[in-house]
Amino acid sequence: MWRAPLQGNSMAGLSLELIGLQLFAGLALGSVYVLLAIGLSLIFGMLTVVNFAHGAFFMLGAYVGLWLLSIGVNFWICLVAVPLIVGGFGLAVERVLIRPLYGRGIDYPLLLTFGLSYIIIELVRIVFGKSGYPVDTPALLQGAVDIGVGYFPLYRLFVMAVTGVILIGLWLFLERTSYGLIIRAGARDPQIVRVLGVNIARVWLMVFGLGCGIAGLGGLLAAPLQGVIPEMGGPILAEAFVVTVVGGMGSLLGAVLAGLLVGVVVSITSLFAPEMAKVAIFALMAVVLLIRPQGFFGRAGLMS
Amino acid sequence: MLRVQNLNAWYGASHVLQDICLDVEQGEIVCLIGRNGAGKTTTLKSIMGLIERTSGNVTFQGKELLGHPAHERFALGLAYIPEERRIVSGLSVRENLRLGLVSSPNRRREAELIDRTATIFPRLAERLDQTAITMSGGEQQMLAIARALISDPKLVMLDEPSEGIMPVLVDEMFELFQTLKKGGTTMLLVEQNVELALGVADRAYVVDQGTVVHHASAADLLADADIQERYCSV
Repeated sequence: MWRAPLQGNSMAGLSLELIGLQLFAGLALGSVYVLLAIGLSLIFGMLTVVNFAHGAFFMLGAYVGLWLLSIGVNFWICLVAVPLIVGGFGLAVERVLIRPLYGRGIDYPLLLTFGLSYIIIELVRIVFGKSGYPVDTPALLQGAVDIGVGYFPLYRLFVMAVTGVILIGLWLFLERTSYGLIIRAGARDPQIVRVLGVNIARVWLMVFGLGCGIAGLGGLLAAPLQGVIPEMGGPILAEAFVVTVVGGMGSLLGAVLAGLLVGVVVSITSLFAPEMAKVAIFALMAVVLLIRPQGFFGRAGLMS
Repeated sequence: MLRVQNLNAWYGASHVLQDICLDVEQGEIVCLIGRNGAGKTTTLKSIMGLIERTSGNVTFQGKELLGHPAHERFALGLAYIPEERRIVSGLSVRENLRLGLVSSPNRRREAELIDRTATIFPRLAERLDQTAITMSGGEQQMLAIARALISDPKLVMLDEPSEGIMPVLVDEMFELFQTLKKGGTTMLLVEQNVELALGVADRAYVVDQGTVVHHASAADLLADADIQERYCSV
């Protein structure tokens, strides 16, 4: 998928360059994890819902993008339209399916979203077929640029940049706006936010939609890297769960750092022992859980 | 101002409040006293809309409250300061105060109202940008009260404000209640410390086993050792 390193260098120079490039590839991969994990983490932290449909929303983002591109919508408009459409679908799911389950314990919405993900995948198979499609990298973002250690695909840099913009935007929203203040307070103490006049049900709705929208954007961004298939949300959801566990359930900073870390671990492992790459993620999780069971930034006893 | 008639409440299948009746008039401090588990907290929670299953009539300035969610009751001018100090731990003192304004029409006057709060609560003024959790229990309780008052509510409901707080601060707090009363704030107070509560209150209701068993002026109740012995001694 990315260019082979330049030929003819000394062995040592070659491997250093390769490791440098692989590190960047890991950060790009990690960016996609981050986009999934912040939504998962935000939704869990606020609603105590473990959203097993998050991978399906990711896949839906890729397919909505595929469809929009096929009817001639340009990629830059897709970048705005896809998260809005997937986020809108997320709003409907929260309002109609998840809201009636609040107050019944954590397992009800977990089972519901688990089942929902199968329904969404099956519907996509019916509409788009079982086989996947390749997605072209947008013309402006094709090619590679020299990043000092070698040539790196421009599109991957773009994925990292978009993720960066989303994170800064989210941070400003949470830290600098009244709505963000409500979300930060509501995640810790929903009852006090209610008695201070906040319609918490509406906040939960918006947070769920926001998380799903960002997952959809992640799917769109991943489409040119890996193509689209109906099952594409499965593996990445498992990996995003690892990221939220390693980072600490409910912690956004944790999701970002752990997402990038997991990306780099996968990428570097695949350089030395490709067959171990996916196993390395879970080994990392096991090690983190042994040393720090609540993850990097998790609060102990969140579920109690 | 607040009229509660035949208020019933349930936790699951258990019927915890039975036909509670009480009134609070404008400008009064009314106190609910009684043993732990008598139903005082549940009464406040039911009035604020935090108990799922309730029946009866609760009107505030003529408007029916039951059936409306808590945030709509806040909009009518009700404030509720729960039992355990509910300051939000990760937020600074200033952010906790801002939280008291997020849904209030006073939101546009945020800076002015935070200044006003700082004058009423000098202890908070020094700590505005400190994380709230680093303050003492009494200061946290002060913050919870300040946060409820910043939106200028018409009726303030306080649940056990003195619990677990050092005596100096408790005195300071009850002096504040006196000042607020003079300023026209109406309060419904639940308090274990009966003498202290009756000292500031105009009237009191004695609650036992989920219902009101006695109602008198604070002065009369203060003199009535028998009632105090029967319903309030631990």
